[in-house]
Amino acid sequence: MSDHILEMHSITKTFPGVKALQDVNLNVKRGEIHAICGENGAGKSTLMKVLSGVYPHGTYDGEIRFDGETVEFSSINDSEEKGIVIIHQELALVPYLSVAENIFLGNERARHGLVDWNRANSEAAVLLARVGLDENPTTPIGQLGVGKQQLVEIAKALSKKVKLLILDEPTAALNDSDSEHLLNLLRHLQGQGITSIMISHKLNEIAEIANSTTIIRDGKTIETLDMVEDKVTQDRIIKGMVGRDLEHRYPEHVSHVGEEVFRVEDWHVEHPTQPGRVVVDGASFNVRAGEIVGIAGLMGAGRTELAMSVFGRSYGRNVTGKVFLHGKEIRTRSVSEAIGHGLAYATEDRKTYGLNLIEDIRRNISAAALGKLSKAGWVNGNEEIKVAEEYRRSMNIKSPTVMALTGKLSGGNQQKVVLSKWIYTDPEVLILDEPTRGIDVGAKYEIYTIINKLADAGKAVVVISSELPELLGICDRIYTLAFGRITGVQERAVATPESLMELMTKEKETVR
Amino acid sequence: MTAVEGLRDIFTKNLRTSGIYIAFVAIIVLFAILTDGVLLAPGNITNIVLQYSYILILAIGMVIVIIGGHIDLSVGSVVALTGAVSAILVIKNGQPWWVGILAALVVGLLVGAWQGFWVAYVGIPAFIVTLAGMLLFRGLTYEVLNNISLSPFPSSYQKVAGGFINGLLGGNGFDAFTLIIAAIAIVGYAYSAWRSRMGRVRYQQSVEALPLFILKIVAIAVVVMAFAWQLAHSRGLPIVLIILAVLILAYNTVTTRTVFGRHVYAIGGNLNAAQLSGVKVKQVNFWIFVNMGFLAGVAGAIYSSRSNGAQPGAGNMFELDAIAACFIGGASTTGGVGRVTGAMVGGLIMAVMSNGMQLMGVPQSTQQIVKGLVLLLAVAFDIYNKRRAGAAR
Repeated sequence: MSDHILEMHSITKTFPGVKALQDVNLNVKRGEIHAICGENGAGKSTLMKVLSGVYPHGTYDGEIRFDGETVEFSSINDSEEKGIVIIHQELALVPYLSVAENIFLGNERARHGLVDWNRANSEAAVLLARVGLDENPTTPIGQLGVGKQQLVEIAKALSKKVKLLILDEPTAALNDSDSEHLLNLLRHLQGQGITSIMISHKLNEIAEIANSTTIIRDGKTIETLDMVEDKVTQDRIIKGMVGRDLEHRYPEHVSHVGEEVFRVEDWHVEHPTQPGRVVVDGASFNVRAGEIVGIAGLMGAGRTELAMSVFGRSYGRNVTGKVFLHGKEIRTRSVSEAIGHGLAYATEDRKTYGLNLIEDIRRNISAAALGKLSKAGWVNGNEEIKVAEEYRRSMNIKSPTVMALTGKLSGGNQQKVVLSKWIYTDPEVLILDEPTRGIDVGAKYEIYTIINKLADAGKAVVVISSELPELLGICDRIYTLAFGRITGVQERAVATPESLMELMTKEKETVR
Repeated sequence: MTAVEGLRDIFTKNLRTSGIYIAFVAIIVLFAILTDGVLLAPGNITNIVLQYSYILILAIGMVIVIIGGHIDLSVGSVVALTGAVSAILVIKNGQPWWVGILAALVVGLLVGAWQGFWVAYVGIPAFIVTLAGMLLFRGLTYEVLNNISLSPFPSSYQKVAGGFINGLLGGNGFDAFTLIIAAIAIVGYAYSAWRSRMGRVRYQQSVEALPLFILKIVAIAVVVMAFAWQLAHSRGLPIVLIILAVLILAYNTVTTRTVFGRHVYAIGGNLNAAQLSGVKVKQVNFWIFVNMGFLAGVAGAIYSSRSNGAQPGAGNMFELDAIAACFIGGASTTGGVGRVTGAMVGGLIMAVMSNGMQLMGVPQSTQQIVKGLVLLLAVAFDIYNKRRAGAAR
């Protein structure tokens, strides 16, 4: 069985009170792309931390064989020496250092303690060519987009003579074309004999690229599927992940659309630090009561910028345009004004912009509507707990009490806290930016159900998403945004991924 | 919740927050033994209160600044400046005592508004603004005082920090008034604790078992009465203690129960999230510094009264004592975490250590070393605890 580059046998890892992994087996064939699937908290990341030596030998039970020999890593350096490199979901690059400096960080091309810049830059250029990135090695990383940074990470891995590349959610933050490029690169590297393990929630990508897939559920290996022989479909993977047949990924829903609630006209936003650079250019859209409206656009199209600038000018400068609520123009110059008019914006980046992670669930839920809980500046702490408990129950936030810190919740539960916070402000218009990013399949379904309920309650809902199937699955109408302009709007009945993509890539044309 | 469960709860789950109290008791016991009980003698307890009151007052403002994610390095200079202005008015111009006090508070407010403006509306980090303030206000103090010390204050002014309320009700070898005030305070505390317990019951939340609740109040009553008993056998109830108690009570309520307090925690915990939740970040930051300036003015008035004059070098290094008190008291270096009560206990730990070592005749140099190490270990312990809490997940 020497065609296995990696064999992990009955790995068991316990934390105080929790069995994170139980008798997990993972066998990866040499030269394949092996996907690992599982719901959030299933133990995927823990398994990879065991493999890469983040949890050193001795803190877990079981055996790891790599490249035909038993290995006992005591740190991440040991595993890198053997050629196992892990690329984390949150990229570990230093924004102010150049591409070349980042690639050789901790592994500098130096002679007698002095960095040989010519050698570093030329070697970096070779590595960049291998990953298909056309950038100068001296460019600071901060000037590159997330997609390109991801490629630099891979170049960095290649510089370490990688044999087994582990990618944790590599395409989570990428748009479709960047994702496509990354997947092609993985195939290309596969041709050069590099084995990859990919943790992903994007099942279509797994179906497209992986040779085999291991499914982990509740800290146990459920099965390993050979993608070709077993003719694995996305639904088949989902069934393994959730342990039940998920007939529909999107709940059935019929919207009862009423009068127009919210309208933005001729919205114009410039970049906050680069004067004159137009980020949103004359965008207009509207939402009616009970309607779920989608905004589709590639990375950098200005979706988040549009939403945040409407929501109390939280982004950009020289913001112009008009906002109407029930046909009457309103002022939304500050966030508190916007909230006062019944607007709510749930951010795409809940850890940075959505939650106070060192605070408990209770105080996060009340954060945007303390006025409802207070009289003359005094907060009614008991009422606050009562309200938070109600949301914990109705939103199915998985936590024993509302006193748990939000930083310790899983992504799906954090998102439910963010939604609770905004629903508690009792808004008329909800703008949800990437509401299901980084959330497992089961929790996604719950979030969709919540969105539908909001629409049924007569709210106007705007959903911004990178995933076209998601928009097509839940929205009544979808606007497309390209290069800061609204390029079209399509009813759900007629929209297809292809038609939307065409509009999303359309340059310099106004609304028809 | 049964009494046993409740007790276990206090000692396990809350170890991180109650650790500081345990350390406080341990330090008191240690120094009481090392000084043969002199530490707890009536005269010495009175002294500790008088000597460290202004640091504690500064720590109240400082902990709010730190929770908001800032720092204030200027408070020592502000104490000097406010005291100097007061001294000029009272000593040089012969104004009555209350004019001096009022002027100190107004100067403190103005200083706070100045720093708040730069931090909140211009967006300069508080570290820089208050570092500049430290130099600026120290320089202004020299200017105001013309490089010389002013003293003495009239006795009416000295009373603010050095005065006692005593003899009002007589007593046999002790001050009955002090004990009665302490008793009233205990009754007040018990009543408010009972009310909040009833509030929780009304909202059907779990409350600690009744015996445990009573035990806690009795324990607090015993400590407070013992403390008052010692004061009553010395010079009675210090006016400073009344000021301090009112401030602690008021600010503890502000931080835990008001919208403003919540906003401070929200800003320190996650600035972006607070902003997107409609918190008026600039206003809140501005008032945090105005408040700090005000409390520095209070401390300045008390310090000038206690030292019976104004010196150009007054209040040197006070900022560091106040900051240390906050961190020993469990405030987080990155903001968002901290309590007024914690900062007070942190300040008292420093006070008891300093005082104990002085009584033992430990040289100044050793005192500094010990204090430095205690600060370091306190924060290290806090970080260790957080990491353990994180790893348990």
